[in-house]
Amino acid sequence: MILPSLIQVLTLGVSETAMLVPHADTEPVATSDVVVATQHWWAGFILYLPLISLILCGLCAAMKVKTKLPAWITTACLLGSFVFSLLLYFDYGGSPELIPILSWINLNDAGGNFAGFSANFTLYVDSLSLLWVMFVTGLGTLITYYASEYMEADLGKGYTRFFAGVSVFLFAMVALVLADNLLMLYLGWEGVGFASYWLIGYYYQRPSAVAAAKKAFIMNRIGDLGLALAIYLIWTTFGTIQYDELIDVLRNGSWKEAYEGWTIDAIPWFLMLAAFGKSAQIPLYVWLPDAMEGPTPVSALIHAATMVTAGIYLVARTYEFFLLSPESLHVVAWIGGITALVAATIGLAQYDIKRIMAYSTVSQLGFMFLGLGVLTTYGAAYHVFTHAFFKAVLFLTCGAIMHGFAGQLDLRKLSGLIRIPGWRITSIAMLIGCLALAGFPLTSGYFSKDAILAEAFISQGPGFEALGWIAIFTAFLTAYYTFRVWFRVCAGKVEYEPGDEHHGDDDHGHHGGSFHPHAPRFAMNFVMAVIAIGALVAAVPYFLDTKADDALTGGWVADMVHDSTAQGGLPGLDRHGQSIGDPVEHGHDVHHGDGDHAHPTILGMDPHMAMYIISGVVGGLGLLLAAWLHLFRRQDADRLKAALQRHWWIAWLPRAMERKWYVDEVYHGLIRAPLWVASHLMYAFDRFLIDGLLVDGIARIPRMIARWFQPLHNGIVQSYAVTMAGGLALIALLMILFIQFWKVGGGG
Amino acid sequence: MMLIASAFGQLALAHYLLLSGVLFVIGMVGFLSRRNLIVMFLCTELMFQAAAIAFVAVGRYYYDFSGQVFVIFILTVAAAEAALALALVVLLFRRKPTLNAEDWRDLSE
Repeated sequence: MILPSLIQVLTLGVSETAMLVPHADTEPVATSDVVVATQHWWAGFILYLPLISLILCGLCAAMKVKTKLPAWITTACLLGSFVFSLLLYFDYGGSPELIPILSWINLNDAGGNFAGFSANFTLYVDSLSLLWVMFVTGLGTLITYYASEYMEADLGKGYTRFFAGVSVFLFAMVALVLADNLLMLYLGWEGVGFASYWLIGYYYQRPSAVAAAKKAFIMNRIGDLGLALAIYLIWTTFGTIQYDELIDVLRNGSWKEAYEGWTIDAIPWFLMLAAFGKSAQIPLYVWLPDAMEGPTPVSALIHAATMVTAGIYLVARTYEFFLLSPESLHVVAWIGGITALVAATIGLAQYDIKRIMAYSTVSQLGFMFLGLGVLTTYGAAYHVFTHAFFKAVLFLTCGAIMHGFAGQLDLRKLSGLIRIPGWRITSIAMLIGCLALAGFPLTSGYFSKDAILAEAFISQGPGFEALGWIAIFTAFLTAYYTFRVWFRVCAGKVEYEPGDEHHGDDDHGHHGGSFHPHAPRFAMNFVMAVIAIGALVAAVPYFLDTKADDALTGGWVADMVHDSTAQGGLPGLDRHGQSIGDPVEHGHDVHHGDGDHAHPTILGMDPHMAMYIISGVVGGLGLLLAAWLHLFRRQDADRLKAALQRHWWIAWLPRAMERKWYVDEVYHGLIRAPLWVASHLMYAFDRFLIDGLLVDGIARIPRMIARWFQPLHNGIVQSYAVTMAGGLALIALLMILFIQFWKVGGGG
Repeated sequence: MMLIASAFGQLALAHYLLLSGVLFVIGMVGFLSRRNLIVMFLCTELMFQAAAIAFVAVGRYYYDFSGQVFVIFILTVAAAEAALALALVVLLFRRKPTLNAEDWRDLSE
């Protein structure tokens, strides 16, 4: 990702036209332009290599390999995937390509209502999937390399299992991103969910890790249901699930001719449910903060590259459906904004630094959905891109701290890391990540967040302006809680307390009160440094304009989105990709379409300009507040909390934030408790009615009858004999009487 | 001889059946009232013989030999059954040195 940007800088300098030929104008990418690119057959290796890595890791497990071999295998394979992604990017001609890999399902049109169905392993390569696959494989490679050192305590135990899981994870994510139809996307979608279950539950001896893995899986299943239903509906409505055909039909509007029904309005809602599940939005976000029970590199993978961005990708990929029912986009925007705010408030009051980062991910994902909702797929995609870097670096630094301080993650028990020898790279990398996350001016997060915030004021929708102010307030909170972590952990005077995790054979255990943190070594330092630099450089694409397209602002990422199925949500273009004029004047509302609105302004300024200033100021304020409360006068933070708790009308606030707004408890009460009651009712029904009354009841009838005769069976031979004799006598008597009467009757 | 013969000639079927009934009742009463396993077994033998007398008598009455044939069967079965029953009694006695039927109530379990 860094490389293409740099190379683009160079190539642009040398020859401008070379890069600009295919889309020098604002012509929409008609999907009939889709070409079958069999010459790119090697792109299949992006998919194969993680699979090969999985198989080799399996062999390592079978051979009981006790070295770091699985890590090297996985890193090499993922690096290979990344290299092939880069090759594909540089070889990409500008129009979406289909690269057939494997024939999977092909049902021909047999006449009647059945219009045929096909879903093949074919790669759909357009700029959107290229953008995604590059940062997925690139960050995946780096994180795997980091994990080779991070996981070394488990060498010979879970080491191979871990890297096999990472391979599955990357394979599933790449399949999801490169799929050319919704079924293959669904395969990757489920694969990602499964791999996250595998890796979150990596420490399977720990009940909390098992619970977190189950929670993630179940929450994701709710979203998966939405995706499955959406795919059914898309197929029944359009008769195809292939992107190129779908986009073609949606853009030229031919589907309207013979269409009647409700499905077209339902599809975006189901897709939204799917995206909210995978990308951790209200109401399905609770799994993500718990997902940090897995090893930290897994958290970095989930939060940065492989898992949560899938929801954004899905919405961007199927954006045309959302454009058809504007209400769904409004809901996306509002849910995103509210999630951003709620998660940020929770993040304010946590003490576990990894948990704070987890909530910041939920919050940033909220920003991305806000961007999608306010019609800037570009802002969302750019924020995904920058977020991938700075969140990866934040998680990896948290992991380094956790690794070095025996599992200590409490920011009250760590201080002044930057002054401890060996921790400088970690601290500086974390500072860069924090700056980008806080949206400090001129960092990557600043530009990508602004692209979303400004668009919230420009697009017109129900309460979007209020939403914009909510987002700005959230940006302030983000700056505050981010630097709360950094000032507490990395700055200040040197003070630390080890956690309670023993690394078995490590000689630095805290016996006898002498604990020495062990600083990260080369692999971890290298990866943290590279990703931190990446987080800085991720700002550069904002200024890169690879296309001479004046209507497009936003540089390289905007160009990437422009050429894809998500082009409907680009500033400066209408939903057919046509330029609608001056970039400053793109306050054009897609939904109303008449284009005669007054130019939206914020405080009398152009939205983009205003947003640069506002968000810079807001970020700076948050940073200053954090510096005051958590660096210079730490006792003030406690005093503030005590002061808040003295007043009954506000005392609940810090408590509720610390307890995560009691969302888990509410879910427990609303969903788990009724289910528990229902299950016990069902159990009682089964136990007492089915088992008790029917099964046992029927069995009891012969037993009850037997009980009447049981006294006869007393073991005394004579009593049997009496019974027998009595019976005989009775029979004899009856016979005599019968013969008598019969004779009388017969004779009479 | 004549006396016996005439007396015999005067003996009607009813007399034999009466004898058989009396014998059967004696056996049955013995079986029900005694507790000694061997005595009870002897009583069942009495009841057998009562039945045998009735068979022979009725067979003679109808000039039909199947009554006597049946008695041969009964005797055979009774011999086999006597061997079996006495063996059982011996086995029981080995287990518990008593011949009282009441002491073997637990066999019903």
